[in-house]
Amino acid sequence: MIYLDFEKPLESLYEQMEKLRDVEAEGTVDVAESIKELEKKIQHTKKEIYSNLTGWQRVQLSRHPERPYTLYYIEQICKKFTELHGDRYFADDKAIVGGLAKIDNLSVMIIGHQKGTNTKSRQYRNFGMANPDGYRKALRLMKMAERFNIPIVTLIDTPGAYPGLEAEERGQAEAIARNLFEMAQLKVPVLCYVIGEGASGGALGIGVGDKVFMLENTWYTVISPESCSSILWRSWDHKEEAAEALKLTPEHMLSFGLIDDIIKEPLGGAHVDPEKMAKTLKAHIKAELGELMPQDAEERIRIRIDKYDNMGKYQIVE
Amino acid sequence: MSWFKRLKEGIQTATKNKKETPDGLWHKCIRCSEMTTIKELREHLYICPKCDYHTRISSTDYFEILFDGKYTRLFDEIKSVDVLEFSDIKSYKSRLDDAYKKTKLNDSMSVATGKVNKLPLTVACMDFGFIGGSMGAVVGEKISRAIDYCIANRTPLMIISKSGGARMMESAYSLMQMAKSSAKLTLLAKEGLPYFSFMTDPTTGGVTASYAMLGDINFSEPEALIGFAGPRVIKETIKRDLPEGFQTAEYLLEHGFLDFIVHRKDLKCKISDLLGCFDTRKPDSELVTAS
Repeated sequence: MIYLDFEKPLESLYEQMEKLRDVEAEGTVDVAESIKELEKKIQHTKKEIYSNLTGWQRVQLSRHPERPYTLYYIEQICKKFTELHGDRYFADDKAIVGGLAKIDNLSVMIIGHQKGTNTKSRQYRNFGMANPDGYRKALRLMKMAERFNIPIVTLIDTPGAYPGLEAEERGQAEAIARNLFEMAQLKVPVLCYVIGEGASGGALGIGVGDKVFMLENTWYTVISPESCSSILWRSWDHKEEAAEALKLTPEHMLSFGLIDDIIKEPLGGAHVDPEKMAKTLKAHIKAELGELMPQDAEERIRIRIDKYDNMGKYQIVE
Repeated sequence: MSWFKRLKEGIQTATKNKKETPDGLWHKCIRCSEMTTIKELREHLYICPKCDYHTRISSTDYFEILFDGKYTRLFDEIKSVDVLEFSDIKSYKSRLDDAYKKTKLNDSMSVATGKVNKLPLTVACMDFGFIGGSMGAVVGEKISRAIDYCIANRTPLMIISKSGGARMMESAYSLMQMAKSSAKLTLLAKEGLPYFSFMTDPTTGGVTASYAMLGDINFSEPEALIGFAGPRVIKETIKRDLPEGFQTAEYLLEHGFLDFIVHRKDLKCKISDLLGCFDTRKPDSELVTAS
């Protein structure tokens, strides 16, 4: 287990627990009562910690190194997944994966950002920061799904689109813009789930859909708290304040009407019980697709565009 | 008398550049330092007569350059609200108040409709002076309404971008303006009305990654900075120097993301040439037959 700074009280409790278990294994002293006590204390502490998370703590949880990523969810949720590679123009971006699969009996096109799980694979996945080729691959797969009337599910988890020289050269902005434009008009249902980090255009580039959901310990906004701190406070030291000011939690996003619902995570985060999290996600996808699939395509597009058209608060002055 | 001796060689300042002049009469080119009277500069459409540098100008200037005399401003009644009660080293409210005072505008986007060499056009133009031309809910709503107006009145749309990107003080609301504007542009496309995207210095961030790159025709002013990430961020990421001319209009043209670059003095003529090529009547209202 890796403990984040605000989880430290739990770490010492778990250490105590381990010692007690050792004593129990020796079998000379009866510690059953103490173990029970401690378990209660752990539950209590957990509730206390996780029910009052700050914006920044959510950001930390969303980046937890043990958090499940797209390919894990695909493996757990889908059968017969075939990964489809390449944008057909330039490259195969490793930071976005996608392919055809079955969720029970239903065919889906499932696409998501992918992060690595160790130093080497993190580099291989470019830390989940896609180049234009990633967005163009995603679009190619979505247009194919549309042609065969296959619904689309996207899993969002990125610290942002990659700000590199080649990315600019090959049109990062154009690739993202094109996806926003095309996704608005897709004839098949599109479901989007923020499963980790939802940073800016890099997230939105595969995030325009009929319904958008966020897992409980994720964030979604226009800029990472670190970059926001660097630009507005002119220093990297105000990321906690920036995370609060940006109001980037799922609860905020739901209250703004910018997402459709929040999906509960196991207490402590998705990484504590990834299998359970995947089951929850699968059931959710199935239920949502069940509602969206029967809708008339034109009607669905109209509702989708109206939804985005209504986003934003302003006042009318005379 | 050593203080009369010139110790450093080569100190030369043209006399005309030494002039002490009151503000508002003279303009100093930020590139070549050439001094021009404001009157002369205005006659030159704010282009430096010496080095051709296109000085940043306001939405009103563009409207005056483009339209045949009279034009109608639209949607000026839409203003920002500080929904998030955002505050960094300064509150969003005070940033807005400063911008209102400084620019006399209601936000970073102004919309106007009129005629360009007798051809109708609706123009949405950004002002960099208003919080860095940042895109918040007002910008998205004005684009949305401009598109509705274009569809109702069968006029083509031109958006003039000049922006640092999304307005962080509106957080996710500003992010969603990218989706909003792009989604609405699909409706304009479906109606068979052309959309011209004109990028001016600078066009970056979420603005580039949404409506600015989605023109049926994408074009720009010479030497404008156009990109997704800012040059400083890229440099920090790749830890090496950026090539000369990186992210300029010329660079984008070379890499296939612009249709052309247009000099400000040719802008109006270019737009009317293009407008003349599009039939903006409803596609099914009258069949065009080649007889």
